[in-house]
Amino acid sequence: MFDNLSDKLDKALHVLKGHGQITEINVAETLKEVRRALLDADVNFKTAKEFTNRVKEKALGQNVLTTLQPGQLMVKIVKDELTSLMGGDAAGIDLSGNPSVILMSGLQGSGKTTFSGKLAGFLKNKKTKKPLLVACDVYRPAAIDQLHVVGEQLEVDVYSDRENNNPVAIAKAAIAHAKTNGHNVVIVDTAGRLAVDEQMMTEIANIHKAIKPNETLFVVDSMTGQDAVNTAKAFNDVLNFDGVILTKLDGDTRGGAALSIKSVVNKPIKFIGTGEKMDAMDVFYPSRMADRILGMGDVVSLVERA
Amino acid sequence: EKTKTNFFSKLSKAVAGKSKVDDDVLDNLEEVLVSSDVGVNTTLKIIERIEERVLRDKYLGTDELNQLLREEIAGLLSETNVGEEVDFSIPNQKKPYVIMVVGVNGVGKTTTIGKLAYQFKKQGKKVVLGAADTFRAAAIDQLQVWADRVEVPIVKQNMGSDPASVAYDTLKSAVAQNADVVIIDTAGRLHNKINLMNELTKVKRVMQKVVDSAPHEVLLVLDGSTGQNAFEQAKQFTKATEVTSLAVTKLDGTAKGGVVIGISDQFKIPVKYIGVGEGIEDLQVFNKYEFVDSFFK
Ligand SMILES: Nc1nc2c(ncn2[C@@H]2O[C@H](COP(=O)(O)OP(=O)(O)OP(=O)(O)O)[C@@H](O)[C@H]2O)c(=O)[nH]1
Ligand SMILES: Nc1nc2c(ncn2[C@@H]2O[C@H](COP(=O)(O)OP(=O)(O)OP(=O)(O)O)[C@@H](O)[C@H]2O)c(=O)[nH]1
Ligand SMILES: [Mg+2]
Ligand SMILES: [Mg+2]
Repeated sequence: MFDNLSDKLDKALHVLKGHGQITEINVAETLKEVRRALLDADVNFKTAKEFTNRVKEKALGQNVLTTLQPGQLMVKIVKDELTSLMGGDAAGIDLSGNPSVILMSGLQGSGKTTFSGKLAGFLKNKKTKKPLLVACDVYRPAAIDQLHVVGEQLEVDVYSDRENNNPVAIAKAAIAHAKTNGHNVVIVDTAGRLAVDEQMMTEIANIHKAIKPNETLFVVDSMTGQDAVNTAKAFNDVLNFDGVILTKLDGDTRGGAALSIKSVVNKPIKFIGTGEKMDAMDVFYPSRMADRILGMGDVVSLVERA
Repeated sequence: EKTKTNFFSKLSKAVAGKSKVDDDVLDNLEEVLVSSDVGVNTTLKIIERIEERVLRDKYLGTDELNQLLREEIAGLLSETNVGEEVDFSIPNQKKPYVIMVVGVNGVGKTTTIGKLAYQFKKQGKKVVLGAADTFRAAAIDQLQVWADRVEVPIVKQNMGSDPASVAYDTLKSAVAQNADVVIIDTAGRLHNKINLMNELTKVKRVMQKVVDSAPHEVLLVLDGSTGQNAFEQAKQFTKATEVTSLAVTKLDGTAKGGVVIGISDQFKIPVKYIGVGEGIEDLQVFNKYEFVDSFFK
């Protein structure tokens, strides 16, 4: 199903090479393939358009038409542009507070609870912190139990209050609890919510206002399609989040949503989720993500053949 | 509604009296479809069909166009999607009727099972749930909450036990209770994990030791906000379990779920249900015309 970009560019580049003379039309043809590969990878329609326009300008600016190996230069421009768009400051997590408060947000099923656990484990084991997990999802069946199971696995304390159905109150009480019990990081897991659900968006805005987190994270499923931009924008409008967590990258999705989100909210992607187990996380590598989106395992071989 | 009217009036203005749809309009259509996750391939297929029809029929007004577009898109949905079903019916002659629910992580399997159980129960059916997700934290508790809400029995074992064994027990129990419907929950799994996919095949096989025609239905749940990866999901789950129907969830948001058009077309699997919320009533029988119309809203 997923023809990869290498093959397509290869074809387009053969066209380039075959012609004695390279014209602007050839470049347009190549860019059409790039755009299509981006769409197949779930990059947003508008983002893909903007991206190829930018690449075109760069290509023409760098005289791709007169260079000896136009294909090679094109691939490099595409790859570099994508990497730089996806990169930026590889900022870590702000742990300066005492306690440092981290708020998780995102759509239903994106992986918030699982990543809350992973992050707690990471901070405990790698950063010698004493985290507290907080169960602020008062809606999903067994959400509180789920966080407790995760906490037990990691031997990390979990704060919950089954009698209370007000997430703002729970979050505030949890921070007080953390202070008296020497927890220096508080990770607040929240219910999944849709961006169009005004009541639920107001709820998380209120949690945010009440606890003033050091770090607000937006958790997004890497298999997300075109809607990623709407969601990311809506959550960012309400929370002005600090970073993005990209989950389920152990699958075979190309993950173009990462590019769309980055270009619409311009916030760093901080970590990725790579499995269901509690240690399945990694920091984000822009260049690897660029390769993945383009379906270019091996840019070098492509260039050599071109 | 506003965009929809705009789109159709623009479309009809651009083709009125012409035998060819101009590029502007096709670009517009492409944007609508791709932005609904229909995917480039399927979008091109639809555009080709429209062009052919326009060339042949030389039709005219907005209404006809609207109709043509709906028909051409809906036509790609498998023939089995008659789009006229209005209730949650299941065949009477198979008892118990066994539904196995599969899909990648977090798409809404367990929730859909709760909602389905509610619908079947409402029709007076005797429903039994099987908690064969023994892996994810508190998955069994989650299904238990749904079973309590709907007031139907659930068969379960401890966390970490063999899912095939849970499915086996569930069918045994259902037969003993003379149940009408059995719904088996399974753990979410990514389709590129071979061991986990083989496990599903095994769950399916073991059920046949109790009811030899089981499962009568393998329902693949797709998250409506998923993009083109859903194709690979459909392909791999079909390979492991012969998926017979699809449910698309989370369509209460802004995502359109358009990827199922191509999936339904390519794999000939009907879309049966759509999820439109987290509540017990938030499940609908799929209607292809309403679905297509939602792209233009
Ligand atoms: N394969 C894989 N599965 C993951 C990953 N992260 C989360 N999951 C799975 O995705 C499903 C949903 O994860 P949760 O952590 O419950 O998601 P959530 O955002 O808390 O969901 P809600 O609270 O219902 O909104 C579970 O089956 C997790 O095991 C990942 O990186 N890889
Ligand atoms: N808005 C909305 N949320 C839904 C819908 N269906 C399910 N959800 C939510 O999506 C999240 C995941 O649903 P689950 O039923 O746990 O998904 P699952 O496929 O069983 O997940 P795993 O077992 O972890 O793989 C929960 O928060 C559900 O409430 C829907 O149609 N609309
Ligand atoms: Mg959760
Ligand atoms: Mg489940």
